[in-house]
Amino acid sequence: MTQPIIARFKLDYDNFKLDIDLALPSTGITILFGPSGSGKTTILRCVAGLQKAQHGFLQINGKLWQDSEKNLFLPTHKRPLGYVFQEANLFPHLTVSGNLQFGLKRIKKSCNANDLQPILELLGIDHLLNRLPERLSGGERQRVAIARALALDPEILLMDEPLAALDYKRKQEILPFLSRLHQHLAIPVLYVTHSQQEVAQLADTLVIIEDGKSLAIGPISETLSRLDISLTQDREANTVWPATIIEHEIDYHLTRVDFIGGTLSLPMIDAAIGTKLRVQIFARDVSITLDLPNTSSILNILPARIIELSDDNNGQRVVKLEIDKQILLAHITLKSSLLLNLQTDMSVYVQIKGTSIVN
Amino acid sequence: MLANADLDALFLTFKVASISTVLMLLLGTPLAWWLARTTCSWKSAINAIVALPLVLPPTVLGFYLLVLMGPSGLIGELTTWIGVDTLPFTFPGIVLASVLYSMPFVVQPLQTAFASIGEHPLEAAATLRAGPLDTFFSVVVPLAKPGFLTAIILGFTHTVGEFGVVLMIGGNIPDKTRVVSMQIYNHVEALEYNEAHWLAGCLLLFSFTVLLLLYTVSKTQPNVQQLK
Repeated sequence: MTQPIIARFKLDYDNFKLDIDLALPSTGITILFGPSGSGKTTILRCVAGLQKAQHGFLQINGKLWQDSEKNLFLPTHKRPLGYVFQEANLFPHLTVSGNLQFGLKRIKKSCNANDLQPILELLGIDHLLNRLPERLSGGERQRVAIARALALDPEILLMDEPLAALDYKRKQEILPFLSRLHQHLAIPVLYVTHSQQEVAQLADTLVIIEDGKSLAIGPISETLSRLDISLTQDREANTVWPATIIEHEIDYHLTRVDFIGGTLSLPMIDAAIGTKLRVQIFARDVSITLDLPNTSSILNILPARIIELSDDNNGQRVVKLEIDKQILLAHITLKSSLLLNLQTDMSVYVQIKGTSIVN
Repeated sequence: MLANADLDALFLTFKVASISTVLMLLLGTPLAWWLARTTCSWKSAINAIVALPLVLPPTVLGFYLLVLMGPSGLIGELTTWIGVDTLPFTFPGIVLASVLYSMPFVVQPLQTAFASIGEHPLEAAATLRAGPLDTFFSVVVPLAKPGFLTAIILGFTHTVGEFGVVLMIGGNIPDKTRVVSMQIYNHVEALEYNEAHWLAGCLLLFSFTVLLLLYTVSKTQPNVQQLK
């Protein structure tokens, strides 16, 4: 594994302070997650050099891009990166093809259209090459923008809320492409979003940003389940498990998947056996029993061990559990917690009422 | 009909206007770019100076230029120092005067066009490996094309139509500074209304054609293309 990404930025504006120190993995999608105004986009812009942090140190794959102590600042156009803006930001005077070639011409690579073919196919835009951006839908524009960034074969891909400007339908149109990117890209991706759905679907590493600081950083399963973060109290609190399809029960319209801690029954998934996917389990859909219930309508009942209990939060308690090595969160009432006398290290059963497949 | 002297005046006028327009583009483009993007506190003052010829009577501007270009003026001393003639009553003199006089007609459309392009296409270009100068020619110029067209047309026609400034510093020297507007004035002074009609008609037709072209272009091509 190559050296990770090291990013330290300090910015001090009148009404906004940024102070972060991140060491990020050099593969997979790292999501910078946080509310708007938290500084996540600023971090991305600092990485791109579109904004200059007064104090900054940035090293990508062992190469120095910024070091304010040495007075070193590589201008954006000299950084081997790809950037996808919130608005696709295509050049309106150039066709799709012209947009794709814009960067290629400048790195003096052969402008062979065949080189782009895999990217065009991956993003499903090979039929749009001769169109002007104004003749594209919002989703198509954003796909062209992603292709334009990838065409340069960058060392890192930066994506600033690439789906935020799109409506729900367009988002659903692009997310599968991003998931496919995820499987095909060997370069690190820094992805800014405030959408939990995108986190669940895309993140390998999750960085939670608030008020210009990073609150937590780590693999998605760890970060999503940290009880010291308000995210776990949220109604949308969830954990994401990697899983593999092992069986279809056609008569029941169910699919069984394998995960580290056992198997789960899910509503029928239209995919071949062996397909890898992510299962998202919301904490509000998980309940806890002390004994294995003999009679329950719930299919997914699994043995688990309590590893942490949160403090009371308006009568609600977050329980962090472990099924083998797989972390799970449950939201239960304070009353139930006390009635069952839940303690750390207790062995219990969890009933999972609902799951959703994220890709 | 047009006499030879009238044709000479027409030719001279278009020569002054063409050279001035080229010079105005060369000087006005960087100035407009700077004005469109700077946050410098001098911006308002520079803007006001550039716009001055819009409101100033041409004779006032001409008077000051005459003084400046004269042997004891700043520009006059400079020209003497580098060993050329003083500028009043010369062809270079009226070109310089025209450039200053018509500059706002070039700078303002460019400035508006540049400002409305905004930061986004420039940032996109930077992330696609284009340096600042490269970005200017490959992104800004094409996007500001309607602005350039407006600037060229307005700058050129405004120079063609000037009178007061030329009167003050150019005088009325055939083939050197006697432009069309001056020639019309001469005809009227001499009560040669027929000749004046021909020349005036030429300018009227020219101005109308150019404006028609301008408005046709700006109708089919929105002044500023929105970024998609």
